Amino acid sequence: MAVISSVVQGVQVLLVVVLAPLLIGYVRKVRARLLRHRGPSLLQPYRDLVRLIHKDAVVAETASWLFRVAPYLVFSAIWVAAAVVPSFAADLPFSRSADLIVIVALLGTARFFLALAGLDVGTSFGGIGSSREVMIAALAEPAMLMVVFTVSLLAGSTQLSSVVAYMSGPDVGVRISLALSLFGLMMVGIAESGRIPVDNPATHLELTMVHEAMVLEYSGRHLAMIELAGSLKLLVYLSLIAAIFAPWGMAVAGQGIGSYLVGGGVYVAKLAVGGFALAVFEASVAKMRVFRVPQFLAMALMLGLLGTLLLFVSRTL
Amino acid sequence: MTAELQFDVAHLLAGSLVLVSFMLLYQARMYALLNLFALHAVVLSLSVAWQAYIQGAPHLYVTALIALGFKGVLIPVSLHRIVQQLHIHRAIEAVVGVGPTMLIGMGLVALSIGVVIPVTVETDSLAREDLAFALAVILLGLLMMVSRHNAVSQVIGFMSLENGLVLAATGAKGMPLVIEISVAFSVLIAFIVIGIFLFRIRERFDTVDLRALDDFRGERRLFRMGEGLDTVELPAVDDSRGERG
Repeated sequence: MAVISSVVQGVQVLLVVVLAPLLIGYVRKVRARLLRHRGPSLLQPYRDLVRLIHKDAVVAETASWLFRVAPYLVFSAIWVAAAVVPSFAADLPFSRSADLIVIVALLGTARFFLALAGLDVGTSFGGIGSSREVMIAALAEPAMLMVVFTVSLLAGSTQLSSVVAYMSGPDVGVRISLALSLFGLMMVGIAESGRIPVDNPATHLELTMVHEAMVLEYSGRHLAMIELAGSLKLLVYLSLIAAIFAPWGMAVAGQGIGSYLVGGGVYVAKLAVGGFALAVFEASVAKMRVFRVPQFLAMALMLGLLGTLLLFVSRTL
Repeated sequence: MTAELQFDVAHLLAGSLVLVSFMLLYQARMYALLNLFALHAVVLSLSVAWQAYIQGAPHLYVTALIALGFKGVLIPVSLHRIVQQLHIHRAIEAVVGVGPTMLIGMGLVALSIGVVIPVTVETDSLAREDLAFALAVILLGLLMMVSRHNAVSQVIGFMSLENGLVLAATGAKGMPLVIEISVAFSVLIAFIVIGIFLFRIRERFDTVDLRALDDFRGERRLFRMGEGLDTVELPAVDDSRGERG
């Protein structure tokens, strides 16, 4: 029994890394089709990664050891988070060792090291990028925590597997707090993974870039790590939303191989739906000014807070 | 149908009303504000209709229809026309920024929950929850009235406040229909009076920004000339009024 779940856990750890670039390629493709472009191939992100790995890494003279270590730290922190979030199967061994708050902390750690690396070289772009990233994070993290609190209060646990079990059970009912949390989490996810209304991943325009400015000094295998970590982050948020708010079809421990296969298929379908929705949203809104981002995230914070407050009413009665 | 589901749907609708109140609070565009107000009334009428269904009180359906007809259709449409005639479909700004207003609003929601839940231990959970949310909607309406300069958005704050009153009234069982109809008509008359005032203000000051009224009364000018606080004559406070009430 334990052997099977360890194997499944291993499959998940590899699957998320393999799927993440495909997800980015898919979102880009859908967005390009919506804009009536042909768009790059779905496999383009993989080719980019291979190309970057084969290139030499150019490191600035002023860079310290932190600059070289940060990409690997960032990638591993996000990878651990991705391994913990239930994707196609709940109740996996890793999932028991870390809860939702740990996931928030892992993502926060990744962001911290990336911001430090942006400051490390001492160029003005890195500084701008880091300061903006931290400004966004300072609002996105409390909003995310409020959502986590709402969901955990409902499910009675911060363990994601328990949350999944509760959400797919019959006790959920119609709750406005869940809808508010869903919207809050979607807004946080868009801000954190640097998608369009907050940050444009496809531009190097100095006035607007946030993430790209921070990683401007990176090249070669370091950049490949950072790109992969970025795509993994988007996958983490999509998986998180799918696991909390659409936990159907997820395999549970004790079922056969077949249920894992079904769970995998359903998971890919969920990612496809989420990626499609993201692409449609990105194609239909304009990038907002950097100084309006705090308002956007204040809204997410408000939604999370309101969800918790409303939940408090129905709980005390 | 189980009692739990009944409660959950009532909670959902009343919670949505609070949410739309928040959206009213931060919406800075005139037409979007009017549409949101119509949405507010629609959510209110749904909530009232649900109360009518679970309480088995058919007269509440009439209340729901009144809310839908007057506040969901009639008042937004006529406000649209007023806004068009006054040429004020531009952005409106709040006194304090969006963030502080939202935080104050959150505090008000927490306050109303903290006040209503402990004092209504005796009654059933549906009425308690309705009263808590109704107080939140009322306080948010008041907040909107004090945080906006524009006369039209103040009117909307007033009307959304009245929606909160209707929610409170339907949550308590045994509210006679006569009172509801009279409240609805008094709101309509208040709306007509306010509409006339809007045109008068506009005629006199060329704007519906109510700061112009403050300037006219000479309350702001003293601050602006830097004469200090002590030269401002505050209206005498009638202390005896509070004791009598």
